[in-house]
Amino acid sequence: MKISIKKDDGFVSYESALEDATLLELLNDIKQTKDNTLAFSSGCRSSVCGSCSMRVNEVEVLACSYKIQEGDIVEPLKNVPVIRDLVVDMDKAYSFNIKAKAWLSKISSEIQLDSQDAKTNEVQSDCILCGSCYSACPVYAVNGEFIGPFSLTRVWKYASDKREVDVEQKMNDVQTNGIWDCTLCGNCTVVCPQNISSKADIEMLRMKSAQYGLMDPNFGSFDGGFGFDGSPSF
Amino acid sequence: MNKKCDVLIIGAGGAGLTAALTAKESGANVIVLTKEYPTRSQTCMAQGGINAALGNAGEDSVEDHIANTLKSAHGQADEEAIKFMCSEAPKAIEWLDSIGVCFSRTEASSIAQRALGGASASRACYAQDYTGLKILHTIYDRCLEADIEIQNEKYLLEILKDEEDVVCGAKVLDIRSGEVEIYEANAVIIASGGYSRIYDKNSTNSTASTGDGIATALRAGAELIDMEFVQFHPTGLKNSSILISESARGEGGYVVNSKGERFTKELAPRDVLSRAIDAEIKKGESVFLDIRHLGEKLIDEGLPQERKLAKLYENVDPVHELMPIRPVAHYTMGGILVDRKSATTLKGLFACGECANHRVHGANRLGGNSLLEIVVFGKEAGVNAALYAKENARTTSVKTDTNSVIDEIKEYENILDFYAKREHLGNLFYTNVGIVRTKEELQVALGEVQAIKANISKLGVSDSSKKYNTNLVEFIEFKNSLDVCEVVVSSALKREVSCGAHYIV
Repeated sequence: MKISIKKDDGFVSYESALEDATLLELLNDIKQTKDNTLAFSSGCRSSVCGSCSMRVNEVEVLACSYKIQEGDIVEPLKNVPVIRDLVVDMDKAYSFNIKAKAWLSKISSEIQLDSQDAKTNEVQSDCILCGSCYSACPVYAVNGEFIGPFSLTRVWKYASDKREVDVEQKMNDVQTNGIWDCTLCGNCTVVCPQNISSKADIEMLRMKSAQYGLMDPNFGSFDGGFGFDGSPSF
Repeated sequence: MNKKCDVLIIGAGGAGLTAALTAKESGANVIVLTKEYPTRSQTCMAQGGINAALGNAGEDSVEDHIANTLKSAHGQADEEAIKFMCSEAPKAIEWLDSIGVCFSRTEASSIAQRALGGASASRACYAQDYTGLKILHTIYDRCLEADIEIQNEKYLLEILKDEEDVVCGAKVLDIRSGEVEIYEANAVIIASGGYSRIYDKNSTNSTASTGDGIATALRAGAELIDMEFVQFHPTGLKNSSILISESARGEGGYVVNSKGERFTKELAPRDVLSRAIDAEIKKGESVFLDIRHLGEKLIDEGLPQERKLAKLYENVDPVHELMPIRPVAHYTMGGILVDRKSATTLKGLFACGECANHRVHGANRLGGNSLLEIVVFGKEAGVNAALYAKENARTTSVKTDTNSVIDEIKEYENILDFYAKREHLGNLFYTNVGIVRTKEELQVALGEVQAIKANISKLGVSDSSKKYNTNLVEFIEFKNSLDVCEVVVSSALKREVSCGAHYIV
């Protein structure tokens, strides 16, 4: 098995006797027996810690759940600073969870959730913050202040909790550089190892925002957008 | 310039972050350091559940929870500590629920509960099979809300003490820059996790569970206790040691041999079941977990991770096929000795989570009690460290330099490969300090650990980069593991009678 890995000085080819192995097993083999200097992050080996996200043949994967193929090209995530080889700095991407206030703000103790309510945000709470979605996002690539997929999914996770009292404030917090900047391209959904669709969550946030009269500011910039009768008034 | 705070927390898993929240609520200025990122810690791997006698799925009581925990502990626990933990459990669940942990629920709007081994009732609250992940992430979000300073990729090198032998901070490696940094604090909480990775690949744990905090506390003079008690989980996947959660048996899964015969009680405590499986394997049998009869719907709803992992690592689909398993190191009951206030034997040093020993698990931990422990005692550690820090505010600055073990390692010869030694030692520990132990085998293991330690300067690091040197970090982790290994095997030799997870013949 021959694969190519992008290190700080460029691509390096490695040969390994491993077959039918995960990329993480291969990286460990290279690190321990061929190149002690190779830098990558890993942890749980079972797709829940989000440490080993990287790109193979230009697609985001978790190294621990990707089976290697002859000739694979392995690179670090995009749109985040590379610290060394396959290791990236996630601090800024994580900071959007703070900017977007991705937590329960005000909780009602009177509302009880039933088994159906518990399913409302079950998928959103599967997120492992691996950052694949930021790497695949064309909006984040050009706007470093875009709140971005996993943080918006997290906001929807909490905003869709029936016990959240201040949903309007949660919507206010994601208007600027947030839900309206997304192009709904769906790249985040395609690469998510947990089958979360941030795109769908952003659409839900848009609908919820509209209920509070918060509309796409890009329409507003056309001097009123649509007239009262629905006809465009440019 | 040294960083200063009231309470410094090393480790950002469930225990460390809970401690951070409560310390901050108690008025302390808090800094949390982690060698990874908070959401990557071992807590995210806990699947089965968190115990509390809520009685949502049949009758249950705090008294029964206490009795089950005590029984599993085999007389090695502090009954008062267990009473406290079990009594606090319903409140802990209430808190987790109130911050938005997505617990699975019943149609009657209460938190769903399921049976785990050794429990007299369906007591484990769960969030599908992502219980730890969802608890950890929600507590993390709470820490962000509370504006707690969390520093990522800082690796603990030393616990610092002042002239009066009082703990006053820590020396850490900034993994990214390669610089050694000093953090000064009035109180330090170690919440750095367990040491299951001394068994290397024969463990379900994250590669990060190398016992760093325990080894560092030991070097600083803290007392460790019950280090020989290591829990082997009965159902690790055979080739990869990936965990198949106990909930697979809780839901009704069978343990069978290659003839398809059930040869043991599936919901027996983990130590009993691990020994039964180990004995079957030593007879030359292969052992499997069979959940086919549960049906695809239940498996996809209740055990989605298990299905995914079995397919990936063993090429079997548990809906249609048997999963090959063997017992592997999963949880370490031993740790830094702490009192009821989570204080260690060193003044100013506190500990919580798997690295600490609050003596609630004794010789064998029950499934569902570790997530409970990190929340209940994480809170205690936070409150008590904050109080201590307030009463013992430091007026003078810490005198220290940035010399560290790294300078020493640079002088090592590096003529022997430490990765090979690590693997060798892990395998030796699995066979000699494993599920069934003999005095002779323990002595062989002790001799081997001491031989590696004596020749440590022949090992070393090849990568000379200052920036993000994982070769160096892994070597220091291995050094820490060696210190832990020595204590584990020495303690095992001292305990000549079998007890719980320590089984000697």
